Amino acid sequence: MSQVELVGPSGTGAVRRPNPLWTLGLLRSELVTTFRRWRTLALLAVLAAVPVLVGIAVKIQTSGGSGGRGGDGGPAFITQITNNGLFLVFTALAATLPFFLPMAIGVVAGDAIAGEANSGTLRYLLVAPAGRSRLLLVKYTTTMAFCLVATLVVAVSALTVGALLFPLGELTTISGTRISFADGLGRALLIALVVAASLVGVAALGLFISTLTHSGIAAMATTVGLLITVQILDQIPQLHALQPYFFSHYWLSFADLMRDPVYWDDLIHNLGLQVLYAAVFGSAAWARFTTKDITA
Amino acid sequence: MAPYESDDNTPAGEVEDVRDGRRAAARYVVPVAVVGVAAATIGLVPAFAGSGDPTLPKISAQQLIEKIAKSDVQQLSGTVKISTDLGLPNLGGLQSSFASGALGKGAGGKDGSAADPSSKLLELASGTHTLRVATDGQDKQKLSLIEQAAEYSVIRNGTDVWGYDSASNSAYHSTAAGDHKSDKVTPRDVPATPKDLAEQALKATDRTTSVTVDGTAQIAGRDAYKLLIKPKQSGTTVGAISIAVDAKTGLPLKFTLTPASGGAAVVDVGFTEVSFAKPAASTFDFTPPKGAKVTQGDDRKAGEKAQKPGPKGREKAERGAEPKTIGQGWNSIVVLDTGSKGGLPSASSSGNSTASGFLNSLGDHVSGKFGSGTVFSTRLVNALITDNGKVYAGAVTKDALLKAANAGK
Repeated sequence: MSQVELVGPSGTGAVRRPNPLWTLGLLRSELVTTFRRWRTLALLAVLAAVPVLVGIAVKIQTSGGSGGRGGDGGPAFITQITNNGLFLVFTALAATLPFFLPMAIGVVAGDAIAGEANSGTLRYLLVAPAGRSRLLLVKYTTTMAFCLVATLVVAVSALTVGALLFPLGELTTISGTRISFADGLGRALLIALVVAASLVGVAALGLFISTLTHSGIAAMATTVGLLITVQILDQIPQLHALQPYFFSHYWLSFADLMRDPVYWDDLIHNLGLQVLYAAVFGSAAWARFTTKDITA
Repeated sequence: MAPYESDDNTPAGEVEDVRDGRRAAARYVVPVAVVGVAAATIGLVPAFAGSGDPTLPKISAQQLIEKIAKSDVQQLSGTVKISTDLGLPNLGGLQSSFASGALGKGAGGKDGSAADPSSKLLELASGTHTLRVATDGQDKQKLSLIEQAAEYSVIRNGTDVWGYDSASNSAYHSTAAGDHKSDKVTPRDVPATPKDLAEQALKATDRTTSVTVDGTAQIAGRDAYKLLIKPKQSGTTVGAISIAVDAKTGLPLKFTLTPASGGAAVVDVGFTEVSFAKPAASTFDFTPPKGAKVTQGDDRKAGEKAQKPGPKGREKAERGAEPKTIGQGWNSIVVLDTGSKGGLPSASSSGNSTASGFLNSLGDHVSGKFGSGTVFSTRLVNALITDNGKVYAGAVTKDALLKAANAGK
């Protein structure tokens, strides 16, 4: 820690003032490091495999006879896949959003600070004239970029599989009205963005936990554990007064974009809640990270 | 010593330990403040939102009732929130399977389609639901029940009536063929909008009722009068009915039924959003999507007649003799002779003895001049099923129900 102290407060303002562009450089290097990790690539591969599995399963199940649907089970929209491949995008997102996607985010966010501390690279990052707030911001931006990329990977993989296995064309919204395929595609993109935004809260939570510990594994495990706990608590009817404040409570509201007209209430709740989580845990992470001793 | 970030110009000194602690504490104030502001916003905004009652010209109760009667809203779309708290035990899956079993039986033992409107009715009887309504003239109506990632819609366009359940991707189709009154599945027959409920409530107004105008309110962003209907009789479980009527169009916007026993409203139905513009024509167009299972309604007509819920509630058995009514006004009690000995017709005739035993455990055993039986109590409706197969049900207290049963014997 003494190394950092040497460079820290001793520098004069004019020399040490970091160039704003430097932040972009830092961000770029962070993005490259994150997305080049085998761990990240493996997570993305798992995410891309989910729609493939769902698509093939639905295809096999329905190819025997046209009436081979299994009723109400399975994720949302699954009964509509056979008549329009675009629904595979929604089904895949509905299937991955409760667990796979936030788990991947938890791994990346939990690793953000604690992983650096664990491998002893955090102090070197701080030696560079970036500043802790800036580094934290860059880490959070990288995590959010991963949210977006992970969601898009699921969506694109689902769209590809859906187009290969099932017919495309005009689709029926869940309200029973018809919309054109282009409109449907636009809604699919919007849904992917909403799903990515739904993960902002978990990302902030993971980042905060990551500043609490020096062990990357511990931070990841805690984040994923919290995620599972919250999902279970969200199912307990006695806690219904608390449930609207759980970050995962309104996740499935993205399906409201498939109504005609769109039902905004829950979508707005969801986005507001994510902003709140990001603000609370983002600022908590900042308070913790800018004041803690960096020993590794 | 802790390192500082470079853009923080606090000089290093001997008192840093103390300053560190203070600064750390000061920074943690930020997340705490964010939580505080959020909590204050969540807590206070609804309190302020409800405070602005509009000032409207005075109106008498009679004028207001006439306003409702004259109301001729042809084009409308909006969102309706329905909360029902009948005080029924939460049976979860058991309730729905029992219900579908009972209804399926009414339909002649045929498996009910998930898109069949009558099978959705029971869902509305408990909990909070969001509905969307759209109407354009006499023969274009749509009613959608918003569910988690799915939606159930009943669409009426001319003579076609469609039910579509997106969760199971199944559709239900019947043709009204101009016979509006006897058609069982038009959205009108589901008393879901505040207007339907208000009409039902106003039908009951007579000398047993006091009707007053109780100030104004803002409902779904519109100025409204509040009509308060109170039973003058004792013995009923109905405490008061409050109807908010749109000041401009006379359309009832909100309907609240509070029980005499106090507590939360038993039924609370109100628009959260309403527009009187013409809904898009495409709203009422429905073609079943490819691969959807379509059930034709015409061959089910006979069954539906039996399973349509009675005007006084769904507690009545779904088949049997014509019901009689005893008492008057709010204290009227529906009497139904199912003719089946042993009580609990719905449970025992479905051949499920465990269900029968289970139902018995939910009620109170009573006896009197009528013999003995079981009373099932909810916050609004009490029902007595006697062992010789008679059913007494009404929005009256248990004592009044037993008295009526004794007198009726």
